[in-house]
Amino acid sequence: MTSQAELDKLIRGDYAAGFISAIESDTLPPGLNEDVIRFISGKKGEPEWLLAWRLEAYKKWLAMPLPTWAHLDHPPLDFDEVSYYSAPKSMADRPQSLDEVDPELLRTYEKLGIPLHEQEMLAGVAVDAVFDSVSVGTTFKAKLLEAGVIFCSISEAVHEYPELIKPYLGSVVPQGDNFYAALNSAVFSDGSFVYIPKGVRCPMELSTYFRINEAKTGQFERTLIVADEGSYVSYLEGCTAPMRDENQLHAAVVELVALPGAQIKYSTVQNWYPGDENGKGGIYNFVTKRGVAHENSKISWTQVETGSAITWKYPSVILRGDNAVGEFYSVALTRHMQQADTGTKMIHLGKNTTSTIISKGISAGRSSNTYRGLVRISPRAENARNFTQCDSLLLGDTCGAHTFPYIESRNPSAMIEHEATTSKVSDDQLFLCRNRGIDPEKAVSMIVNGFCKEVFKELPMEFAVEAGKLLEVSLEGAVG
Amino acid sequence: MLEIKDLRASVAGQDILKGLNLSVKAGEVHAIMGPNGSGKSTLTNVLSGRDGYEITGGQALFDGRDVSELDPEQRAHAGMFLAFQYPVEIPGVSNLEFLKASLEATRKAQGKEPWDAVTLLKKARETCKQVDLDPQFLKRGVNEGFSGGEKKRNEIMQMLLLEPRLALLDETDSGLDIDALQVVARGVNSLRSPDRAIVLVTHYQRLLDYIVPDHVHVLAGGRILKSGGKELALELEQKGYGWLTDQEDVPA
Repeated sequence: MTSQAELDKLIRGDYAAGFISAIESDTLPPGLNEDVIRFISGKKGEPEWLLAWRLEAYKKWLAMPLPTWAHLDHPPLDFDEVSYYSAPKSMADRPQSLDEVDPELLRTYEKLGIPLHEQEMLAGVAVDAVFDSVSVGTTFKAKLLEAGVIFCSISEAVHEYPELIKPYLGSVVPQGDNFYAALNSAVFSDGSFVYIPKGVRCPMELSTYFRINEAKTGQFERTLIVADEGSYVSYLEGCTAPMRDENQLHAAVVELVALPGAQIKYSTVQNWYPGDENGKGGIYNFVTKRGVAHENSKISWTQVETGSAITWKYPSVILRGDNAVGEFYSVALTRHMQQADTGTKMIHLGKNTTSTIISKGISAGRSSNTYRGLVRISPRAENARNFTQCDSLLLGDTCGAHTFPYIESRNPSAMIEHEATTSKVSDDQLFLCRNRGIDPEKAVSMIVNGFCKEVFKELPMEFAVEAGKLLEVSLEGAVG
Repeated sequence: MLEIKDLRASVAGQDILKGLNLSVKAGEVHAIMGPNGSGKSTLTNVLSGRDGYEITGGQALFDGRDVSELDPEQRAHAGMFLAFQYPVEIPGVSNLEFLKASLEATRKAQGKEPWDAVTLLKKARETCKQVDLDPQFLKRGVNEGFSGGEKKRNEIMQMLLLEPRLALLDETDSGLDIDALQVVARGVNSLRSPDRAIVLVTHYQRLLDYIVPDHVHVLAGGRILKSGGKELALELEQKGYGWLTDQEDVPA
């Protein structure tokens, strides 16, 4: 009944979302070259300018070295082992409504607790579900269109709204921004596009669930959200993946544009397969997420990360306009052999810009959990403010927590605060709970949830509940 | 209710309890007094099953069951409660949430009806008042930023809600001013009943002015040296522990 043994037991919980659905796929053989990119682009019937844009990205990518600065340790990735396109076959003809969707696919979502029909009716959430690389069903489109809100797959947007895609695609994360962003730009499969018109408050929370299904299929989503002047949108992204032994590469790009006075709230719950307790399997997740905040606008990132074998992710805000606000709230839980190197960048360019960073890292098993954050105050960012708080919680004594804060201030009027703590779930806390009749598993989950409270309260209500549940599931068998 | 026979226990390889005998019956209040380092806290921790406290001999029976065969939470379900000397903080977990988890688990194990949210809140508020805590404390993290006195009253509040059959109070009086002491004593006294027992561990006689014990024991060197009625506490107050422990040093 020592706490290490207890922790080990709790941590060894099985992956509840691990199953593989039997849907035929139209999958490209592994490997990447210009023909592959032409195939992807052709398959989507893309205009010439987009193909050229992809090829340009590919050329940049070829010249870039693999980044090695992160506090991560994994075997070298072979990008010729990856298949760059996969679409469920029965989707070739694009169902017009959910009734036309492959029932097997719908069952997959139901196993994950995402019954589309129910969500449509009960939750009032519009769902653009991405299954591998093709959007399956988009709901509530009509209601959104009434408000003038565009919420569709990015492939569709390329055809329907080129005037919105052309100026903004790559405007926040350029093709050659980094290795993984360049790769994504060359081969991106699908993703979501959102446009909120001037002064419109999006009438519902927009939600996308992602799921990686094909073995050895990289999934390269591309998401673009443009909030026009004075508008507001809350966007939810949630993911789980079935159990697989092969490492699956994932390199997404998310771009947010908050025009003057706009507000974007972007929330993520990520639960991809983290690999087993010996580090076998699991998703490799290399994501570039960034937003540009124009004057008087606000971008808020909230993330709950419990999955993936490798997480490389720094949702950032460029505070371009005066009085812009950037926020980053993060909970990252690692267990088994998981490695996470995650954090944020707040780039203060405008005057009176403010940013807040609250990061909660929880490490268990033999995992490694790193916070890496940059706060940069440019010379013209008068009166910029930043507050950073990084807390780490260790479960057991075989895991690691690291904090790499970078602060670059080139304006003397800036005010920057940084707080960091590291603590353990103490034996005393566990004993208090047990003495009050609470079993150790429930006790740990309660203590960890309490530790994350500041972040969870930033999540939309349904998501907060889901996040709490997710932590509980992730910690199942983690103490015993 | 509680039968301790020749109990021996060690902490970090060091023998602390060296053959302790104690018998507590339902309806009784026992006070255990003794100098620093005599093993008082070790006794309550061993009985509650804290990690690191190892029973090396003898046994402790609670309702005839050997406590060493029960996990700490099972002891709680069986009706044992420890009010801590230093209640620990659990940041971000509200008192109410904590009470809910505790009462749900305990009442379920005891085969009692669960309380719905409204009942829980009502009872918790009433009990807060009983120990002179603002019900606002229910929203705050468990012991988070509480003063010493507030933590102790919080312990008593939890005890009153859980209604244990055997309450162990580890120096609950330490660090309390006279008003808080009376509040705590009132709470403990309200729990007294023919089917419950209370074991108070304390340094000072002053608590016993408010919670009058049926039996007083002097614990020193890991053993009960002397037992008596409530007048023994007064005698200790006057003479200190020296006259007892000195006797012990004289070889028999």
